[in-house]
Amino acid sequence: MIEIQNLTRIYGTTAVVKDVSLTVETGQIAALVGTSGSGKTTLLRMINRLVEPSAGRVLIDGKDTAEIEPHLLRRQIGYAIQGHGLFPHRTVAQNISTVPRLLGWTQDQHRARVDELLELFQMEPADFRDRMPHELSGGQQQRVGVARALAARPDLLLMDEPFGALDPVIRAKAQQDLRDIQRQLGTTLIIVTHDMEEAVTLGDRIAVMDKGELLQYGPPSEILTTPATSFVSDLIGTGDRPFRLLSLTPVAEIIAEGQAEGAEIPREASLRDALAECLWSGRDRLPVEGGGIVTLDSLRAQAAPTARAAE
Amino acid sequence: MTGRVLMAAAMLFLLAFLASPESFASLFKPFTRNNAPAIYTQTGLMSLTLSHLGLVLLAVIASTLIAVTLAILVTRPSGREFLPLARTVTSVGQTFPPVAVLALAVPVMGFGAGPTLVALFLYGLLPVFENALAGLTGQSPQVQEAARGMGLTPRQRLWQVELPLALPVILTGVRLTAVISLGTATIGSTVAAKTLGELIIAGLLSSNTAFVLQGGMVVGILAVLIYEGFQRLEQLAAARIGQG
Repeated sequence: MIEIQNLTRIYGTTAVVKDVSLTVETGQIAALVGTSGSGKTTLLRMINRLVEPSAGRVLIDGKDTAEIEPHLLRRQIGYAIQGHGLFPHRTVAQNISTVPRLLGWTQDQHRARVDELLELFQMEPADFRDRMPHELSGGQQQRVGVARALAARPDLLLMDEPFGALDPVIRAKAQQDLRDIQRQLGTTLIIVTHDMEEAVTLGDRIAVMDKGELLQYGPPSEILTTPATSFVSDLIGTGDRPFRLLSLTPVAEIIAEGQAEGAEIPREASLRDALAECLWSGRDRLPVEGGGIVTLDSLRAQAAPTARAAE
Repeated sequence: MTGRVLMAAAMLFLLAFLASPESFASLFKPFTRNNAPAIYTQTGLMSLTLSHLGLVLLAVIASTLIAVTLAILVTRPSGREFLPLARTVTSVGQTFPPVAVLALAVPVMGFGAGPTLVALFLYGLLPVFENALAGLTGQSPQVQEAARGMGLTPRQRLWQVELPLALPVILTGVRLTAVISLGTATIGSTVAAKTLGELIIAGLLSSNTAFVLQGGMVVGILAVLIYEGFQRLEQLAAARIGQG
């Protein structure tokens, strides 16, 4: 569990982070969203003490991070950034094993770990291990960057716009993979993004920041249905709201009894996918894999915030 | 390819000339007057060349060590305020004429190789220092951020990240210094250091153009070979970090 308590950072006379407190439960993903200059990156960098807080403290599983030597603290926390920051003079394997080697793992241990991670990220170890970073595509570099952050099995992973440099198609895939891997490993993840779509896709909790202040912190459905301030609703964008809301729930949760014609939709598909399929194929009910149907009416009901509030 | 052939040819010619200068006498005969000897025989050409190279090597190693150390110090947070001072010192080293350094050093150190080493050392600081500075400060901020974020200590960042990434640029500085020193070392013979300058001075004193030509030629070919060798090294170092 990560507890951020009254964290403040002042540069000169301006506070870039003002008295922010929030808690991230173990194994959850928290997305820090805001425009540039909102203080979200500074907040993230105070967690591994790349920036020293002016006031307040950060507790990781109850332990105050101020009591640990900064470089030792950072070796326990995974860190991945935009543009990956891979060491250009080191091979993929050397890059990934950076922290394990700092921690004094044996050669056998860190070699095994490199292969394990490359497989996890769907990169053939024999093929990729000895490549240099400049011999990889953008998506592969990004995956190696995340693999490097996860190498020493940290309980906490910090990410600063990790997908910012990827094109939209690769980005969607990378987000999906990250989500799967995070669920598989149970790592607590704090991710900074300026993209509300990404925050809704990934976050169990979303923290919206503006001008150094935390405006709202809650689950995506709460942020979407009851934005705390006009800034939050602007950030969500009213046009996309119902679709974002639908994208949060899988089809499996609103299956009804019945029969329907046409192609089946997977149980784990989101309601947004189901709506898109209804509109595209002109049907008002879809069969779901493994039995049951979803109807256009039930989708419509789910897209309205009142339905959520009543739950 | 042609470059490589030319280099090999130049090296073979130089080795042949140093091994047996007499065989090339007819080549230099046209540059002598009054039946003066065409080939310098006071001191063996090979031994002069080796001692010339030895002096340059020592001076370049010393300049490189000091200049890189200085560049590292002034790029650390604690040494940043000394940057202007270090720049001034190395610039003065470069602008102060080596001949003047010799003249000042001889009364203190006596005749021989010592004053020449000092002159070359001072003269060679600036290129290495400026390049090392550029190499250490011009690095990708993301790479620096990642290195810090993963928990490398400042010392580990220097040795494992900053210096390897700055290496190609530092090598360029060492190359400039080596080539400059190779030429400048000839003046060491005015204060009795054993260098190829001995041929040139002997030629000037006896109005024998052939001697001057021989000294100049050997230094020239050496400079070209060293220049090429360093360039190859720089390319290798740059290719390793994906800048090739």
